[in-house]
Amino acid sequence: MRRIGALFSTTFLIGWALVSAAEAAEPLKVGFMTVRSGALAAGGRQMEEGLQLCVDAHKGEMAGRKIQIITADTAGQPAVTKTKAQELVERDGAQILIGPLAAFEALAIDDYIRQTKTPIISPSAAAEDLTQRKPNPWFVRAVGTSAQAHHALGEYAAKELKYKRIVIIADDFAFGHELSAGFQRTFEQNGGKVIQKLWSPLNAAEYGTYITQIDPTADAVFAGFAGGNGIKFLGEYKNYGMQKPVLGAMTTVDEGILKRMGDEALGVISAGWYSAAIDTPANKKFVEAVRKAYNADPGYYTVGAYMACEFLNNALEQVKGDISDKAAFMKALRSVNMPESPYGQVKLDQYGQPILDITIRKVEKKDGKLQNTVIKTYPAVSQFWTYGPDEFLKSPVYSRDWTPAK
Amino acid sequence: MNFWVIQGLNGLAFGSLLFILASGFSLIFGLMRIVNLSHGAYFMLGAYVGISAMAAGASFWTAILIGGIAIGALGAVIERLILRRLTGQPLAQVLVTLGIAFIIADACVWIWTGDPRPVPMPRELAGAFRVHQLAFPIYRLFVIGIAFALAAALWFLLERTRLGAMIRAGVDDLNMARAIGIRTSVLFPVVFCLGSALAGAGGVLAGPILSVYPGLDTDMLPLALVVVILGGVGSLLGAFVGSLIIGFIYSYGQALFPDLAYMILFLPMVLVLTLRPTGLFGRQAI
Repeated sequence: MRRIGALFSTTFLIGWALVSAAEAAEPLKVGFMTVRSGALAAGGRQMEEGLQLCVDAHKGEMAGRKIQIITADTAGQPAVTKTKAQELVERDGAQILIGPLAAFEALAIDDYIRQTKTPIISPSAAAEDLTQRKPNPWFVRAVGTSAQAHHALGEYAAKELKYKRIVIIADDFAFGHELSAGFQRTFEQNGGKVIQKLWSPLNAAEYGTYITQIDPTADAVFAGFAGGNGIKFLGEYKNYGMQKPVLGAMTTVDEGILKRMGDEALGVISAGWYSAAIDTPANKKFVEAVRKAYNADPGYYTVGAYMACEFLNNALEQVKGDISDKAAFMKALRSVNMPESPYGQVKLDQYGQPILDITIRKVEKKDGKLQNTVIKTYPAVSQFWTYGPDEFLKSPVYSRDWTPAK
Repeated sequence: MNFWVIQGLNGLAFGSLLFILASGFSLIFGLMRIVNLSHGAYFMLGAYVGISAMAAGASFWTAILIGGIAIGALGAVIERLILRRLTGQPLAQVLVTLGIAFIIADACVWIWTGDPRPVPMPRELAGAFRVHQLAFPIYRLFVIGIAFALAAALWFLLERTRLGAMIRAGVDDLNMARAIGIRTSVLFPVVFCLGSALAGAGGVLAGPILSVYPGLDTDMLPLALVVVILGGVGSLLGAFVGSLIIGFIYSYGQALFPDLAYMILFLPMVLVLTLRPTGLFGRQAI
């Protein structure tokens, strides 16, 4: 009887060893949610390019483990995003997710992520509260929050550009509300005044109605647009013969659409955690790689997905490729530390949000091509700007009406 | 004063764009009773074709022509191969045209990528026209002119030509028209081709204002529907008046009640349909 028991246990042990060896050799399944159709398709394609570049750079292997990317198209629709997240996790067995593109998509799968305890790295979605008042323990962002860069721009506009009165015109959805409110807060704290706020629908057919309402006493216009709206707005702004200087959100003159713009974009000053023109060895190398592979400059979406993938690599190396202990893996993700990256130095705060160098950028023409020239850098900017987390989190979340124009 | 003038001009320009979009839709809807849900996709595809034509060296004016001809031809093929088999099955027609719209949208992403594209306008029409404090883009004034010219041309076609008389007869009573020997098998493809060509050329023409991007089709289609339903099925005058009304409502409404941007667009349609179920200039369907 004892011999039989020994036989059983040996067989079992051998079997178990075989299984775990097979497991170690098994690729890590990464579910990637992107957008291939509809209005956000351009950003989705750039995300795919950024991710592919990073996977290729690592030769498809991280911390000794093969990486298998399973791609899903969410169409940029929150309901579809939720289905796709479920499919990726339950049918395809994705152990970690990268995505989605838009803030409202991220909010749609927030609960599901919490339930299934699936680690997720956001390559783009910027909604503030996911790393603030309602932090998701499984969520880490590889990009800035909506307002993170625009806090800096508000101060810059008041202190260095000496603007006193500004009109804000922005997309009427969460991202537009949040980035505008962040800009307004620091601009007004430094003595400026937002005299008018105009919200245009995300799919506004044209901007003539809004441009003609801009208060003629303003010193400048702040344009907070995403997707392709920046192209439409700046083109029409010029056609209406408007002369006032334009400040833009990071995405208003993103490299992804800048290549399609003309002289109407010249001189637009914006703020971001990235510009293809950042002059560091790490970024030069990155830009070269993107230009070589895709014949285009990297922008918001390209670098975001690239960095999300680098975050994954960094965390996997810390846990030696073993993510069976999810809590340990999340801890590793939150302690991602990159002294060098296209962004510059990256560290995360305790909410899973990177602390980033923010650059003030100006659209200039170089070698016949538009670029976001860096004119100033604010080092190590937190999502809370200079306020301190406690003080910041006490104020209401940035929204359409916070705070009204005077 | 300034406000009312400039927003009025904005409304007139946007209404003109809508008429260019809706006139073809209205023609097809009126005669063939097909709710062509791919009309917005034709409009977008026309703009993309125009961009490619311009990139290949064509002038803006040639690009409009090429956009119109290309989409007109596509429309003719679709009518011939698909829609003809579905005569008298409105549900199948709606479904098929919706499917075609999806296919065109995906094909556009595939061919032209998802990048939004500005459509360059002719140099001579760039810039703004200034009177005292007023500044208004010259191109928009041009679009207003085109819309009125198009309305006049279509009116002439429908009221003063033999083809027009046949179309009118078909709109009024299709069975009677057939009975008196009007060959609808010739008439339908001609009208569908003309309506599609109008959408294609209109896409190029609207490009400098709207720019082209994936999703332009679904942004514009509801506007064409509202215009045609408000104006009345099968009425060119209805489409024209409907376009201008929606244009003005869009412009003044967004300026005066910015929070109600969407409701303002659709509320008048609801009101008109409550009082006049056939639309402003619609005739009783037979």
